[in-house]
Amino acid sequence: MFEWWHELWMPELSFLRYALLLGILSAPVLGVIGTTVVTRRISSLAGASAHAALGGVGLALYLQRVWMWRFFSPELGAVLGALIAALVVGIVSLSASEREDTVIGVVWALGMALGLLFLDRTPGYVDWQGYLFGNILLLSSTELYLTLALDAAVLLPLGLFYNRLLAVSFDATFAQLRGVRATAIYLAVLALTALTIVLLMNVVGIILVIAMITLPAATSGFFARHLWSMMALSGILSAVFMVGGLLLSYFCRVPSGPAIVVLAGVVYLLAMTVRRKRRS
Amino acid sequence: MAPIIELKNVDFGYVPGELTLEQVDLTVASGESGCIVGPNGGGKSTLLKLLLGMLQPTRGTVRLFGLPPEEGRLRVGYMPQYHLLDRVFPITAFEVVLTGRMNSWRPLWYGRADRRAAMRALEEIGMAQLAEREFSELSGGQRQRVLIARALACEPELLLLDEPTANIDPGAEERFYALLENLRRRMTVLTVSHDLGFVNREVDSVICVNRRVVKHRAADFSAEAADAVYHHHVSLIQHDHSCFCHCGEAKHV
Repeated sequence: MFEWWHELWMPELSFLRYALLLGILSAPVLGVIGTTVVTRRISSLAGASAHAALGGVGLALYLQRVWMWRFFSPELGAVLGALIAALVVGIVSLSASEREDTVIGVVWALGMALGLLFLDRTPGYVDWQGYLFGNILLLSSTELYLTLALDAAVLLPLGLFYNRLLAVSFDATFAQLRGVRATAIYLAVLALTALTIVLLMNVVGIILVIAMITLPAATSGFFARHLWSMMALSGILSAVFMVGGLLLSYFCRVPSGPAIVVLAGVVYLLAMTVRRKRRS
Repeated sequence: MAPIIELKNVDFGYVPGELTLEQVDLTVASGESGCIVGPNGGGKSTLLKLLLGMLQPTRGTVRLFGLPPEEGRLRVGYMPQYHLLDRVFPITAFEVVLTGRMNSWRPLWYGRADRRAAMRALEEIGMAQLAEREFSELSGGQRQRVLIARALACEPELLLLDEPTANIDPGAEERFYALLENLRRRMTVLTVSHDLGFVNREVDSVICVNRRVVKHRAADFSAEAADAVYHHHVSLIQHDHSCFCHCGEAKHV
């Protein structure tokens, strides 16, 4: 009965252990960033940022193989693509001079198209599906350290600025009148969101990462009374979804990204039917 | 003593060549309570944003407590319309009011004095027993009152209320007027309203906004009953033609 437990510790399954650990270690980031993205209603912005990451991945692989820029890893490219996209959309939405949803759509598609063009011109085999749908075989201990670093980068400022984040997220105008630097907080949130996206890229893939950011938070939003409790619950849920989905994927021999997202989506829909909140 | 609000020769337009507000001269003295009225699109919200430094005038100067709006606004308690806020945000009434204690220079965490001030503000508007209730579970009128409490928690010298009676049921309205009259004894209160009946309630001045801004003493403007307001507008045409274009249109709204 516990064969699967022993199986988990087989040496050749180190990637699965990395993935499981990453699922647990990324809970703080996902709880905080997911809740912020959901309550501030910037999930489509996060989606654009995720898809633009592929542009960066394509550029990085192209530069690595054609120009021999070895240091330019796909992860570095993804960070650049996701950051630039998030900040472009964020700054445009702050100035309110263009239609925000249009800009999001443009950045979303442009990032993806650029990535595909670069990949087409990159010689040799490229596992582009892995970037789109996740490939936990690519995980290593580096990702785990990066996850811990991102946890710190999210939790430390949260500890200091929670009240300001709460005020800004609830009513940005009012918070600004009280002297809170709403724009700075917003841009910091966008940057951390972009980093979170890249962190999850190898686990669930660019296309599904937006689900992993929003679904735990949205599910916990049905039950939470405070912003902090929504963050805590969504962190726990994200770990449960990641671990559950990964085990499901390994033992049922299905791809990991879709398994995680389907699990999270089903729980979200169930929670919606039993939700406590009145929403008229 | 410097006037609380001072706009000198202010023009503002969102698009070049098209002024939303034109040649605005307005002063409001300390302790003066006023009501800002005018038709939709007449520039009421724009005037508020200029006052609070959220928009910069195309021409002219805006001063709050003799300071630039960005500094003066920390002494203002602002209450927006509740329906502009997220209905499902996870926050309790008490937490909403606490955000009124926020300040650019204050420490990052709320202290005991802040909690006490927030509770006092909730008590003042008669919502203390609902402090731990979620904001999203409250009725429209209750939410509006929580936002007034938040503005009071700022311990403001000027209270700026945007359409406070727009979504309050008639029963609660009476209590609300009583609350306002109480507050007027302590601070300057400016109210933006579509409700011309509101104008009659013990305000010192009526500020009509329709591209231009004209301030009247309420004594010249008041009427005994709400339906008499209409006739007053007609009579106002006779003695002050400029007012017609401002206040006369407000009755259609």
